[in-house]
Amino acid sequence: MPAADSVKCVDMTDDALIDARGIHAYYGASHILRGVDLLVRRGETIGLMGRNGMGKTTLLKSILGLLPPAAGSVQVRGRDMTGAAPHRIARAGLAYVPEGRGIFPNLSVRENLLMAARAGHDGRNEWTLDRALDTFPRLRERLGHGGQQLSGGEQQMLTIARALLTNPDVLILDEATEGLAPLVAQEIWRVLQGIRESGISSIIVDKNFSAVSTIADRNVMLVKGQTVFQGDSETLRARPQLLQAWLGV
Amino acid sequence: MDPHIFLIQLLNGVQYGLLLFLVASGLTLIFGIMGVINLAHGSFYMLGAYLAWSLTAQLGNFWLALLSGFVLSVVLGMLLEWLFIRHLYRRDHLQQVLLTYGLILIFSELRSIVWGDDVHSVAVPALLAGSIPLTETLAYPVYRIWLSIICVVLAAGMYYLIQHTRLGMMIRAGASNREMTQSLGIDIGLLYRLVFAFGIALAAFAGMLAAPVSSVYPGMGNQVLIICFVVVVIGGIGSVKGAMAAALLIGLVDTFGKVVEFEIGGFRVLPELAGMSVFVMMAIVLLWRPEGLFGARLR
Ligand SMILES: Nc1ncnc2c1ncn2[C@@H]1O[C@H](COP(=O)(O)OP(=O)(O)OP(=O)(O)O)[C@@H](O)[C@H]1O
Ligand SMILES: [Mg+2]
Repeated sequence: MPAADSVKCVDMTDDALIDARGIHAYYGASHILRGVDLLVRRGETIGLMGRNGMGKTTLLKSILGLLPPAAGSVQVRGRDMTGAAPHRIARAGLAYVPEGRGIFPNLSVRENLLMAARAGHDGRNEWTLDRALDTFPRLRERLGHGGQQLSGGEQQMLTIARALLTNPDVLILDEATEGLAPLVAQEIWRVLQGIRESGISSIIVDKNFSAVSTIADRNVMLVKGQTVFQGDSETLRARPQLLQAWLGV
Repeated sequence: MDPHIFLIQLLNGVQYGLLLFLVASGLTLIFGIMGVINLAHGSFYMLGAYLAWSLTAQLGNFWLALLSGFVLSVVLGMLLEWLFIRHLYRRDHLQQVLLTYGLILIFSELRSIVWGDDVHSVAVPALLAGSIPLTETLAYPVYRIWLSIICVVLAAGMYYLIQHTRLGMMIRAGASNREMTQSLGIDIGLLYRLVFAFGIALAAFAGMLAAPVSSVYPGMGNQVLIICFVVVVIGGIGSVKGAMAAALLIGLVDTFGKVVEFEIGGFRVLPELAGMSVFVMMAIVLLWRPEGLFGARLR
């Protein structure tokens, strides 16, 4: 079980929003994450990369408390959140856009947004319903519709808008553009760029290597539950043979 | 049928239906939102009736008894959820049924120890003790009318809470996707505790309201439980709207079934068979719509 006592705030920089160290995670007996570290500083956009089944989603879930790590520690803004309830971790400033969207189909678009809206942990309230709707004008037209009635792209916009309405420090996006028409995906990338410029950190998991590496300040590459690379996109692009091996691009 | 008698039966049927709704709505909410089959739901109705009887005697005031009984039920609900029910959310229905059946036995035994096995009655509070005359010989009790109004007010309040408040949105969101709701910073454990406590407090409150119009007796919980399952199944499992429609339907069918004699193909159908009419109706509805009247589920 967790070696939680070995965790102290030592060399951590003050601006670390998420500091996950030595994360091990299991699904039943299968050992999925084998000691992964992930650091997200204030204002940083992280590209989390790896082929199918390498453990990206599992790492996000471990950080978010949805799959509490078997070993390792998760700190959010310097506070230990290892094994904390997901709602506490979310309230510490993390917002999640899960794989496969996760809108509430039985709620209207407006309700999907309102149920989540709150000020950030520091009382910041920059993201209001109006601002979210200005960011995604399509949602404004669809406010009264049921979540079910939206197109895939609109559902994804709704999930991102809903996450922003929690006024997070870190936005965590798992395959946000998967299965979307190129134009819709482009719109999402444009919004993510805007979010980056507004100073919100994010962790982005996406199949589109060139788009992620363009927006990311730093990339983390997972292979079979272990970190094989951490660094900026320049360095990563300069090693095409490794990219080929890790991602098949 | 004499129009005055018809009116009286209609009022009785509606009042019975509304009372059933109070009990059944909690049952269907707890199932629809948390996925828990709560067999002990009827026990809270029984407990409510005994609380009304004993608290009225202790406090000397029916209204105080209602208020304190409701508060006690909410507290009891929160406690039970914390002790037992929260361990059931990820378990299968068999385990839920076993545990909640165990609760029935415990409550029945506790009732026997604390209050005995006698049948009791609760006096109608003085404020509502009168009757409204319909003809020279027929009158309708004010208390029953008040009871119906309270039920309608509670139903409207519940509708507003679930459909139009943020709390209601969170509850519905939690019914559809628990993990996602948590990841938005919502304490779903607390939410479920509130839903459970509120659901069983409604059943207890129904029992308290019913105490002055029916007697207070040991088996009343099991009887109401069976009818409430019929309501939930006819209405569509998890649907509060369906519970309202089905409860009114059953209230009317049951009430009129008891007073109407009619003939089908030369056979005289006796009022004694009225007890069956409700189940016959369930069979018909299920043949027609297996998912119930408002089968659109919450989960
Ligand atoms: N609920 C689960 N139960 C058992 N094994 C699982 C479960 N979810 C994922 N896995 C396994 O864990 C491993 C890592 O899965 P994960 O979803 O984290 O990968 P990923 O990097 O997000 O992949 P993808 O790009 O396909 O989303 C995979 O081998 C997968 O089969
Ligand atoms: Mg994944």
